[in-house]
Amino acid sequence: MSNEKTTPRAADEVGVPDHHQYMHPVLEKNHGNWAYHDRPRAGVLRHVSKSGDEIFTVRAGTQRQMDVFTIRKLCDIGDEFADGHIRFTTRSNIEYMMSDEAKVQPLIDKLGEEGFPVGGTGASVTMISHTQGWLHCDIPGTDASGVVKGLMDMLHEEFIQEKMPNRVRITTSCCQINCGGQGDIAINVQYTKPPKINHDLVANVCERPAVVARCPVAAIRPAMVDGKPTLEVDEKKCVCCGACYPPCPPMQINGDDSTKIAIWVGGKHSNARSKPTFHKLAVANLPNNAPHWPEVNAVVKRIVKAYKKDAKHWERMGEWIERIGWNRFFEMTDLAFTKHHLDTWTGARKTMNQSAHIHF
Amino acid sequence: MKDGDHKDGKAKDAEIHPTPMLDQLEDGPWPSFVTGLKRLRDAKGEQYAPMMNDLMGQLNHSYENRKGYWKGGVVSVFGYGGGIIPRYSEVAEKFPESKEFHTLRVMPPPGFHYTTEILRKLCDVWEEHGSGLIALHGQSGDIMLQGCTTENTQAAFDAINELGFDLGGAGPALRTAMSCVGAARCEHSCYDEGKAHRQIINAFLDEMHRPSLPYKFKFKFSGCGNDCVNAIHRADFAVIGTWRDDIKIDQEKVKEHVATAGRKYTIDTVVNMCPTRAISLNDDDTMEIDNASCVRCMHCINVMTKALSPGDDKGVSVMIGGKRSLKVGDMMGIMIKPFIKLETQEDFDDLEEFAETCIEFFADNALEHERVGETIDRIGLPAFLEAVGVEADPNMVNHPRTSSYVRTDDFDDEAAKWFERKARDAGMTVAGE
Repeated sequence: MSNEKTTPRAADEVGVPDHHQYMHPVLEKNHGNWAYHDRPRAGVLRHVSKSGDEIFTVRAGTQRQMDVFTIRKLCDIGDEFADGHIRFTTRSNIEYMMSDEAKVQPLIDKLGEEGFPVGGTGASVTMISHTQGWLHCDIPGTDASGVVKGLMDMLHEEFIQEKMPNRVRITTSCCQINCGGQGDIAINVQYTKPPKINHDLVANVCERPAVVARCPVAAIRPAMVDGKPTLEVDEKKCVCCGACYPPCPPMQINGDDSTKIAIWVGGKHSNARSKPTFHKLAVANLPNNAPHWPEVNAVVKRIVKAYKKDAKHWERMGEWIERIGWNRFFEMTDLAFTKHHLDTWTGARKTMNQSAHIHF
Repeated sequence: MKDGDHKDGKAKDAEIHPTPMLDQLEDGPWPSFVTGLKRLRDAKGEQYAPMMNDLMGQLNHSYENRKGYWKGGVVSVFGYGGGIIPRYSEVAEKFPESKEFHTLRVMPPPGFHYTTEILRKLCDVWEEHGSGLIALHGQSGDIMLQGCTTENTQAAFDAINELGFDLGGAGPALRTAMSCVGAARCEHSCYDEGKAHRQIINAFLDEMHRPSLPYKFKFKFSGCGNDCVNAIHRADFAVIGTWRDDIKIDQEKVKEHVATAGRKYTIDTVVNMCPTRAISLNDDDTMEIDNASCVRCMHCINVMTKALSPGDDKGVSVMIGGKRSLKVGDMMGIMIKPFIKLETQEDFDDLEEFAETCIEFFADNALEHERVGETIDRIGLPAFLEAVGVEADPNMVNHPRTSSYVRTDDFDDEAAKWFERKARDAGMTVAGE
């Protein structure tokens, strides 16, 4: 064995790579000099530079969790049509850029043949931003890629066309930490039971004061069980948030009986028109039914359909609901309004109607 | 998608875990990750095929039992403390080949631009040292190289590092940043997002590679108020492009828009949807904008991309303290710096300097596991502003306080400072200077 094997290589702390080396030459040439864009058809953008240059972008959906063969396939397509340059959107769509309009349709055809749907632009339902789920997360209550696959199969038509009132952003998250983020529709696991504690392990695995400090409602306290130091949970106080689980895995929050799914609506990132908003609870306690999550699928379908039918052009889901009122939202989507829709958290009063404004 | 160009032949059927639940996710029009996993599992002779077989076995087991079976641990590469997400299987006796399935978080180029050449090289590295499974991209923006053994982690990192890539953030540290496509292909872009992204993250790399902050700290860079990378909700330090002067109007293009889209439609979707009622359509189909009322929301520009565009005096707003649920509930970033000009290198250095002040404040003052937004809530915005050297500004609030429980002994002194600042901004000399 040479010394090289035993001496670790020192990291070259290059940080964030320079994107200019990878950028399509037309983008590089017109960096910061674009004039306007339009969309010749769903899934295709045309950007026009102040220099007169044009670039066509074709956007296609991917499965996000990709095997190297799929990525190489996408690269082959990029070599054939897009001068060997590609980029991804924040929602895991792939984009091919071309200066030659004549290549647009052949590329669309090629992507179709290879099973990558073209769309996701403008007023469509674009790819769902999601988390890792059972595939790789350490605290997931459900899967992510599977839920998304089922939903995107169902919403495929709305991905490949632009027939919604405005863009629809959907997210899924496998626990209440909500790594998937805000969305017009957010589909998140909602734990419904306090953690189940393995008292034999707590003292060995968990730094108990740190776990106590994590609880947002002070429901966790030190205890002795069978002569061993451990932790206990005041189950009446517990809000089942799961914050105690990451620093203390013996406080198991997941279980086949306690991971339900809640659907939230009206979140919005953009500042366009109204200020950005958080999503709000539409329905909870849906079953976590792999591999197709039919109950979740059905509710999402109802919400998307009601929004599509009733919202005005350019209204995002939250703005639509704001206009028609929650009364009519629950009516149109055939969902129940319960005491659990009333916020009980910090600032709850600000979510109540403190006016005589009512909808009938 | 089922007949991809994977290498021919499967491992012996007897060795392949049945995956009846996952198999159901191969139908339908959307590309299936299960088909991809199977291609890796069936890649004859590849070092990762047995690992992917057990990975699929475990995943199907999760589908059947509705439970996850991964636990964390500690894995890192030489010289770094973070950037690897360790995953150990809790059902390794049933699925031994994937008992270690760590993720390397790798920082992508700003705007997620790639050449096919560099992506192929990343694939080659990952085929040699890892599972062949890559997520493009994780929710923090990382390239997620998913599925590495502890033994292979160093070699995998060395190889990607030699390609010019570096690990991103994990744990209580500076995290990988995200930026929108921005100036590279968007006419709305109000600054060079990629430059800001690289300069700021690369200035504080030590905080990423050697985690020592109270908790995570995220930067995100959006070119305009459309905020395509969701910075306000999700970044501790959100940089959003904006402008100070007037929206640019091409009146001929306005007329064309009205002629094509219709007057009623234009009034309904542009004039009536302006959140501050700042727009009116003149009788001759030209457009009038009351720029003093405009909040730079981007709506009218989104609708009329040819006729309207951001002004020329561009820069950024900085909003601080966004985060999702855990554990006190959601919070969005608060407007802290309404405008920082961002054109010259000096401007970029000023932004970096302000970012450094904020990170130092966070490092010194946040409690363990507290995001900076929570720290601000705990100590009050005035204390935070004082700490980072920013004066109070009406743009920071929806409205002034409604609670009268406040000491106002020094109100006059504070008011005097305001008038001095206003005078200085107007180019006047202030007494005593």
